[in-house]
Amino acid sequence: MVTDTPASVLDRVRQNVQEVTDPEIPVLTIADLGVLRSVELIDSEVVVTITPTYSGCPAMAHIESQVRQAIKLAGASGRVVTVFSPPWSTDFITVAGREKLEAYGIAPPHPAAHGSAGTGSTVHIRPAIRCPQCGSTNTKIISEFGSTACKALYQCQACAEPFDYFKEL
Amino acid sequence: MADPHELYTFLLRVGDDNLILAQRLGELVSWMPELEEDIAVANVALDHLGQARNVLTYAARMAGPDASEDTLAMERSEREFLNAVLVEQPNGDFGQTMARQLFVDAYQVPFYEALATSSDDTVAGIAAKAVKEARYHLARSSNWVVVLGDGTDESHQRMQAGIDAMWRYTADLFFTDETEEALQQAGILPSFDNIRGTFDDTVSSVLARGLLALPEDPYQRIGGRTGFHTEHLGHLLPDMQALHRANAGASW
Repeated sequence: MVTDTPASVLDRVRQNVQEVTDPEIPVLTIADLGVLRSVELIDSEVVVTITPTYSGCPAMAHIESQVRQAIKLAGASGRVVTVFSPPWSTDFITVAGREKLEAYGIAPPHPAAHGSAGTGSTVHIRPAIRCPQCGSTNTKIISEFGSTACKALYQCQACAEPFDYFKEL
Repeated sequence: MADPHELYTFLLRVGDDNLILAQRLGELVSWMPELEEDIAVANVALDHLGQARNVLTYAARMAGPDASEDTLAMERSEREFLNAVLVEQPNGDFGQTMARQLFVDAYQVPFYEALATSSDDTVAGIAAKAVKEARYHLARSSNWVVVLGDGTDESHQRMQAGIDAMWRYTADLFFTDETEEALQQAGILPSFDNIRGTFDDTVSSVLARGLLALPEDPYQRIGGRTGFHTEHLGHLLPDMQALHRANAGASW
């Protein structure tokens, strides 16, 4: 029987945890999203740190239980810690994650401007959003609040398809 | 050094604002004038509920081993809730709902911006996250207030009626006492001096664009921060708490 070293256990946990996906956007892993902050060994216990996208994101409880399961499947024992700081931003979504989003039919977020959606502003100054179906930038916003907390609803004026935009935060 | 009880009281004030408003907004789901607005109101309610959960979970750590976000939300009675009286006001028509929301959002953006500089890392982290959500809320509510105010005669009239009905509950948002003072002296909370000014600037700019005005009646009803509520909270709580109280200790 091969004896596990702490480092090999940690590697295995990291590999499993990185593959946990978002239940609402199943093409994205929590690593792609930037929800996974770290996988560490602290006093021979695995500690996985995650951060929520939105305060009320209903997927967090599910993600947390999936992470616990992933730790268990790696034959390790550990815990999941949720942190708020620094606050999650769409800028944490990886390049690979952005490509997966677009291929899935969700327009990826533009860079988050500090203080976006300004104080009392009624106009969003946001560059044109590209339609993930046909690539046209002739698109219009239907609603700033879409099917989940993190998305806005757009429609393409060229191909007429409605689509989700992962709004910058 | 500030008493942990003071931080607990302050957290209830913040958490209860969000919890009670989330419950009010939740009542509107499936009743909004159009599908997109229905989704938007559910999103905004969810953000407020998430903020309430984060704050009350932290508060529960100071309330003994048996306390949790659920016991704080579901097992306190009316006098123990410390939300501002504005958030417990009924939804009324869409104009009243949006007037209430504009006042809450115009307050929460500068409030959370200040709170994000708290020396308490948990408080600062929760606020830094919440302020991003509050900015989206403010963009939506200001937009609706302007659109309705500068719309038809009827939409203008009803938007103005909403502003008139809700304005008298806004001073309660800014009520502070020895609780905040002690936390500020202990260096835990930052100064809240600029919040009122920013709120007034935001509100007057949005109302001006919507061709609306603040009512002349200077009367303000305060008391929520110390547990003295308007009659509406007493009707909201049984609705919110019935399931939990009927199934004490259940989990699913």
